[in-house]
Amino acid sequence: MKTLSLAKLKKGQKAVIKSFTNKTLSSKLIEMGCLPGETFVITKIAPLGSPIAIFIAGYELSLRKDEADSVLIELIL
Amino acid sequence: MLDKKNNHLKIALLGNPNSGKSSLFNSLTGLKQKTGNYAGVTVDRLEGETTFFINNESHPIKVIDLPGAYSLFPKSSDEEIACKTLLDKKEEIDVVVIVLDATSLKRNLLLATQIIDLKIKTVLVLNMIDEANSQGIIIDILGLQNTLGIDVVCLNSRKQEGFDNLKKAILNARISSSVFYNISTFNTEFISYKEFISSHIYSKKTESDIENSDKLYRFNIINYLIAKFVKTPAQLSLKAITSKIDAVTTHRVYGYLILIFILFLVFQFIFFISETPMNWIESVFLGLGDIISTQLPKGALNDLVVHGIIAGISGVVMFVPQIAFLFLFIGLLEDTGYMARASFIMDRVMRPFGLNGKSVIPLISGTACAVPSIMATRSISNIKERLITIFILPLISCSARLPVYTLLIAVMYPKSTFLGFFNSQGLVLLFLYLLGFVATLLTAFVLKRIVKTSESSFFIMELPVYRWPQGKNIGILVYSKVIIFIKEAGKIILAISIILWFLSSHGINKEYQELEIKQQKLSSSYPTLAIKKEIKQIETQKLEQSFIGHLGHFIEPVIRPLGFDWKIGISLITSFAAREVFVGTMATIYQSEDSEKSEGIKQKLLNEKDETGKPKYNSAVCWSLLLFYAFAMQCMSTMAVVKRETKSWKWVFAQLLFMSVLAYVSAFGAYQILS
Repeated sequence: MKTLSLAKLKKGQKAVIKSFTNKTLSSKLIEMGCLPGETFVITKIAPLGSPIAIFIAGYELSLRKDEADSVLIELIL
Repeated sequence: MLDKKNNHLKIALLGNPNSGKSSLFNSLTGLKQKTGNYAGVTVDRLEGETTFFINNESHPIKVIDLPGAYSLFPKSSDEEIACKTLLDKKEEIDVVVIVLDATSLKRNLLLATQIIDLKIKTVLVLNMIDEANSQGIIIDILGLQNTLGIDVVCLNSRKQEGFDNLKKAILNARISSSVFYNISTFNTEFISYKEFISSHIYSKKTESDIENSDKLYRFNIINYLIAKFVKTPAQLSLKAITSKIDAVTTHRVYGYLILIFILFLVFQFIFFISETPMNWIESVFLGLGDIISTQLPKGALNDLVVHGIIAGISGVVMFVPQIAFLFLFIGLLEDTGYMARASFIMDRVMRPFGLNGKSVIPLISGTACAVPSIMATRSISNIKERLITIFILPLISCSARLPVYTLLIAVMYPKSTFLGFFNSQGLVLLFLYLLGFVATLLTAFVLKRIVKTSESSFFIMELPVYRWPQGKNIGILVYSKVIIFIKEAGKIILAISIILWFLSSHGINKEYQELEIKQQKLSSSYPTLAIKKEIKQIETQKLEQSFIGHLGHFIEPVIRPLGFDWKIGISLITSFAAREVFVGTMATIYQSEDSEKSEGIKQKLLNEKDETGKPKYNSAVCWSLLLFYAFAMQCMSTMAVVKRETKSWKWVFAQLLFMSVLAYVSAFGAYQILS
């Protein structure tokens, strides 16, 4: 499977978190429940393209597009 | 048997943001809470008191509501304060109550396991348990309790269920014998987790690798705990109702329409509807002043009480309706969960200016008044975005500028000339409002590059599910904001207004004393029209001979390049209390018959001639004054509230200096070009 950045996903797509490209952001994301191996769905993309929202670990999390860019994921088809 | 000891048990509430921690705090303490300060930071400290009655015994309890946190590795100043307070020995916290949102247990358990490892007496609260159950999440409480080694209490703080169990658990709280992350096996430098966390918080040297390995290790255990003790439906998804509402509130068209409608409502309430209660307050205090002035013997004390103190207090209380309405809205928007959506759709718009999506509401209410709006910036959790919002807010054209603008525009364009559909008075007013907005955004844009804070700007935040707002939470919010304003900003406003009153109604020289005697004589004689007129003249002369009158002369050389004389100088000083005072002072100086309406003073200004016999208030002077009032601080209440919200005079003076320079330069430019 190809890994790509979370920022590339469209609304409704489901994926698994693989790894992070930014250490500072990763420590924030991990404590918010974005763990490698965790499955999530894109629930919203704000009208201007950023931020986006994902449903993960039982709740909805929003993050900016450039923050999402630091998360590498694998699509679930 | 009553507990006679005055020994309070001190408990600290800690939990993720949106875990319902504040609801629990409000339920426990009610109005027996106060907002204080943490030393050196802008975060408010919430403390309260309560008494537990268990088995006919009463236990006095002190409760401290710590700011929301996701982990013990702080990422924001809120989290840092929560951690530091928790670890501070001087705080003498007996029991930590960790509040967890039962619907997203996994994320919430991270902080819980960290607290347990600190080896403090702890109780774990599973809040919103009914919501979790209705989603099909079933938790084995006993199993969890045995593994965690502390009491686990289910609570529905919105419905007041589970409180007796919580109280018992708090009184019997214990230190868990479980250890989740044994620091000494990973890092031999530290013998306890407490020591490790302290060193991280105070020296900030931990690398994110060490931090992440702590969290990932814990999540491994948490995953195991959840698999063992929590039954979760195979397909968890966002609550249908939240999903449906969001389809509208975050929609590219309807989302913004709804936000505009809400902003419009806020504006209506702060700008127009507040006016009625504000008039009531004014007449109540005027009436009170009348009563006291007849009761007290005439003299200095009478004047001080009536015109200094009562008028000053009236000026403070006058802000209460606006503050109450604004926080009623903010409380509703926060408590329902809408605020996070407003932030979500506005982030991309506000970010280039270094502002937060949540800055929108203070910016709009700022067109009515900067004072409540600056208080409302508290919902912006990022410290840099909050400081920038506070800094730029007074540049927005507020309602106090309107009387000044109206008068000066009317002097410039006495007969409204029509250019097609437009009237030139309206165009100037529109221009001034736009100028305020442009200056606001440009300043934010520049500040974004200048202001440096250690906190990074994340937008990684929870979008809470929609919930019904709770009257109690909103009521307490409105009440506490009003109290904070009156107590903390109020005393500064009162002090300055008494000083300004003293300076404008006292003088030391012989002329002033003579005028005073003359006035007393006149006021005891029968008030014919001629005498009334003479009293008015004396009032004008008194103002000229008062301390402020002399100050007006004193600053004249400085303001002369702006086209201002000492008369305007006097008005500039008195209107430091509030911009609209300018109109009243000008009316006194020019002996306008009708000081209440700007019509009389407008004629006086139009007739005023300079040394060469030309109209004095030409467009150069008017534009200079307009720009000066558009940009100058000229509002002691704003300064008082900025002091209260930033907890330092540094920002107040930076703001005063910046706005004064901007006002002076613009007024100077306008006058020099136009004259």
